[in-house]
Amino acid sequence: MKGSLIILSFFATGLLLGIFRWLPAEILHLNFSFYVLCALMFTVGISIGNDPNSFRQFRSLNPRLIFLPLMTIAGTFLGVIAVSLFLKNRSMTDCLSVGAGFGYYSLSSILITQYKGVELGTIALLSNIFREVITLLLAPWMVKYFGKLSPISAGGATTMDTTFPVIVRNSGKDYAILSIYHGFVMDLSVPFLVTFFCCL
Amino acid sequence: MFTVISFMFAGIAVGYLLRSKKIRFIHWVVTTLIWLLLFLLGLEVGANETIVRQFGTLGFEAFLLAAGATLGSVVFAWILWLAVRNKTVEE
Repeated sequence: MKGSLIILSFFATGLLLGIFRWLPAEILHLNFSFYVLCALMFTVGISIGNDPNSFRQFRSLNPRLIFLPLMTIAGTFLGVIAVSLFLKNRSMTDCLSVGAGFGYYSLSSILITQYKGVELGTIALLSNIFREVITLLLAPWMVKYFGKLSPISAGGATTMDTTFPVIVRNSGKDYAILSIYHGFVMDLSVPFLVTFFCCL
Repeated sequence: MFTVISFMFAGIAVGYLLRSKKIRFIHWVVTTLIWLLLFLLGLEVGANETIVRQFGTLGFEAFLLAAGATLGSVVFAWILWLAVRNKTVEE
């Protein structure tokens, strides 16, 4: 929660500076953010490759639950497709690329801005922050009505960091490894799926 | 577009090769770059008058997409939960 507030405040600071033209918008035309994005992806890669737990953790998992990320992906896409039918001015692929952020608002909004422009990037940022907040707030209710796997799916790519404590509290300690595994797989899928839907 | 993804793979390779050394500061670098990029995104959005005017609508659309995505994944997780639980009972 604290992390998303910091992120939002950086976004809001930029927003205000942009609205009141306190910073020359010319720096935007230098494609500066593309180079920062490449640097970001490179460092994200290092952090995945450098973590010995990345590949080891998953052996102690209940084999049937390995499919949970697939359920998350399928459920997210169906839900987003349903909403896209009501959003007349957004194409289905635009909506799917927003959905493919799975709550990973920082990376998905940056990628979508790069591929599809600022407007959809802003939607991606807000939408994926909402997803994280919904999960944080409604996790107890989800467990009660939809079982212990539901807050993990709802958390999407955030289940190994920001929503992890809430999941462990509501689904129980037995689901901690599953939650980390799920977050890891979803984290990895975000750049691929977002790029895929942006290219369609 | 695929430049971005190839940068990630290059990073995974470098991180894997250096796995004997713990690169602890990398998370700090990632976080800082994310802050910088979101600041730039904000700047770009703010400088774009059309988007500033539509900000409420964009927020509403974002909320609908988030609600649909969350509800869909919760229902699918429920299906898997019922399947796994029933099998455990049979055994």
